[in-house]
Amino acid sequence: MQTDLIAEARRQAEICNACRYCEGYCSVFPALHRERAFSDGDITQLANLCHNCRGCYYACQYTAPHEFYLNLPRALAEVRHDSWKAHAWPGSFAALFDRSGVAIAAGLTLAVAFVFMLAQGLRPADGMEFYAYMSHGLMVAIFAPAFVLPLLALAVSLRSYWRAVGGGGFHLRDLWSAMASAGRMKNLEGGHGDGCNFEDEDRFTHARRHFHQATLYGFLLCFASTSSGTVLHYGFGLEAPYGLFSLPKLLGIPGGVLLCLGTAGLAWLKTKADPNLGAPKVWGGEMAFVLLLFAVSATGLLLYAATGTGAVALLLPLHLGTVLTFFLLTPYSKMAHGFYRLAALTKEASAQR
Amino acid sequence: MVDTPDIVVIGGGNAALCAAITAAEAGARVLILEAAPKPYRGGNSRHTRNFRCMHRGPLGPLVDSYSEDEYFDDLLKVTAGKTDEHLARLAIRTSEECLPWMEARGVRFQPSLSGTLSLARTNAFFLGGGKGLVNAYYRTAETLGVEVAYEAEVTHLEVEDGAVVWVDYTHGGETMRVTPKSVVVASGGFQADTDWLTRAWGPAARNFLIRGTPYNRGVVLANLLDQQVEQVGDPTQCHAVAIDGRAPKFDGGIVTRLDCVPFSIVVSKDAQRFYDEGEDVWPKRYAIWGRLVAGQPDQVAYAIIDAKSIDLFMPSVFPPERADTIEDLAVIMGLSPDALRQTVDAFNATCGDTSGFKPTELDGVATTGLTPPKTNWARPVIEPPFYGYSLRTGVTFTYLGLKVDENAQCSIGNRPVSNLWAAGETMAGSILGQGYLAGFGMTIGTVFGRIAGQKAAAHAN
Repeated sequence: MQTDLIAEARRQAEICNACRYCEGYCSVFPALHRERAFSDGDITQLANLCHNCRGCYYACQYTAPHEFYLNLPRALAEVRHDSWKAHAWPGSFAALFDRSGVAIAAGLTLAVAFVFMLAQGLRPADGMEFYAYMSHGLMVAIFAPAFVLPLLALAVSLRSYWRAVGGGGFHLRDLWSAMASAGRMKNLEGGHGDGCNFEDEDRFTHARRHFHQATLYGFLLCFASTSSGTVLHYGFGLEAPYGLFSLPKLLGIPGGVLLCLGTAGLAWLKTKADPNLGAPKVWGGEMAFVLLLFAVSATGLLLYAATGTGAVALLLPLHLGTVLTFFLLTPYSKMAHGFYRLAALTKEASAQR
Repeated sequence: MVDTPDIVVIGGGNAALCAAITAAEAGARVLILEAAPKPYRGGNSRHTRNFRCMHRGPLGPLVDSYSEDEYFDDLLKVTAGKTDEHLARLAIRTSEECLPWMEARGVRFQPSLSGTLSLARTNAFFLGGGKGLVNAYYRTAETLGVEVAYEAEVTHLEVEDGAVVWVDYTHGGETMRVTPKSVVVASGGFQADTDWLTRAWGPAARNFLIRGTPYNRGVVLANLLDQQVEQVGDPTQCHAVAIDGRAPKFDGGIVTRLDCVPFSIVVSKDAQRFYDEGEDVWPKRYAIWGRLVAGQPDQVAYAIIDAKSIDLFMPSVFPPERADTIEDLAVIMGLSPDALRQTVDAFNATCGDTSGFKPTELDGVATTGLTPPKTNWARPVIEPPFYGYSLRTGVTFTYLGLKVDENAQCSIGNRPVSNLWAAGETMAGSILGQGYLAGFGMTIGTVFGRIAGQKAAAHAN
């Protein structure tokens, strides 16, 4: 990890520890106030606990032009980003984090072209709807490894993170508490329940929290939709296309709509917020990731809307290409934050216990 | 400014904002003239953290109850009786209705901070501290149509025939004049004017650090006193505490406090002890050490502790100096190694049985036959590594101010100035003659800010 980023975050954390005015905003400060000295692992853990709600920045009497020059959200964002790189596996892919925009653009181009070529070259003789363009077997052959391998890579990264921050054993209820916190986005509530600061300086709103929840739950619904399709396919021999009132559609359509709205909202908020309270160098990459997720949901919905038309020939490779890019880049893009955040919240829950 | 405002509020901290909001809610057009630029708006309120509040039952974040009499007794103890009872009781009684008023205008509270549990019953802590409160009030003021001019320095109030006729200020390089119907002064004390402080206190004041805003230079205060507006408070006195000697000259705020003194030996630059470090629990002694350090050569002192005590107090903003021997520590801190060695040895030799040591209460673990003695927490300084902090005098506020009545109104002789009110630090001397009670400044600012806003609006309407 970059020692200068850690050192700067430590300098700021020591000032925060002597002040403590922000104790009620989020999980970072009670965790910070438990320590007297901060190891590199402590700083890394605090960084991944931080949800960048910015409440502490706007309330801080020591921000620039004050000579203490505090900007804790930024210091932690930079350490956070750096920690994902440090724990990326395999390590040679870590550089993708710094070039998310480029990686996403290149990944998209390649993946869409790849799927398009397959759909053209290996077009099955029979099959209904989109299976008329690509067989179920071929889709599974591509997406099963594209789904499993990134998850394996993430598991290796998280193990490395857990060791670095000194996470010992934890109870299942710590994980449960972490999931409950993430599910509510408790750390974007601001402690007082008025929400967080983001798009309009020191004004507290729930905009970011709600858009993030739409994104999170939309994503989970889409994931559940795909899973339910898999179960129907293998468990019950029921193959796609599924009707409107089938489980995959009942989960997938609202999921797609939520994901679309959530990501569009997050992208819009990001254009309003002060980039200097995050890690400015990766602003573009983060934005590219949000837009990629938007593209996943938007092309999915369009594909469904285009059922039975010739547009499917174009939309199918587009949708599958975005999904493939998203899966493959999960361990090396902003998507990783969800996994690290869950780990950090779990560690915090076990520390509080 | 298109229109002339009904009311000009001078200052941009808690008292100013309470006055502006109250007046705007009463329908007045209000202009706030804040001397600081926007990032530094809010005066010393930026650095505050709580509001001392009377309550007859659980209220907001406050547990149990805190009666008017208990509150007043607490005040008497710290001011040694130098308190205006009528105004103090007014502030105390009104504080109870202020808390919901504050919440309704966007202020949010949090449970008592770690390390301040002793205040959980008496003081309501602002979530995010005073700047969070100030931000919330500016948002509220904005929605009420209050205009705010930053970097607007008031240079003169023209007082004629018992009324303020106009207000001059500079803004954006231009000299401006407004003729409001009412004026509220809430622009703090004069502690940031080092020359004035030096005239009042003596040359030692040049070495004092100012804990709060550099914008409280007392320009308006001096201007009004020159025009015979009634003054109150000892002009030579300021409230000062001992803070980290490495703190910035201005605006160091809360983080520069050091809580290590009870577990230290404190020496002057000649490496000599000069006062009982263990006289009482630290919050009660916090204030006298500002004065004690001010009395030492170069207005500096050094607290020396050893390894066994380093975790007994709140962490400091800057890490302490550290060495494996007393002599090495002395060199790092610019003290004579031999002299410090002698002082430490002399102290250690008079420490007795330390088995009764209890860091959180007066434990009676004292030195025997030492001058000055250390009457509690006296444990020998023997366990390396040794740590050292330099201490300087940090000024919180000045007592000299504008004398007001229960309507927050200023006067000349026995006659009220018909359209001039004052609130906050600039009139706190009307209530507090000396000493300070944590969170009472915000109580005075809120209570008298609201009164001033109400009276100023009534006059303007």
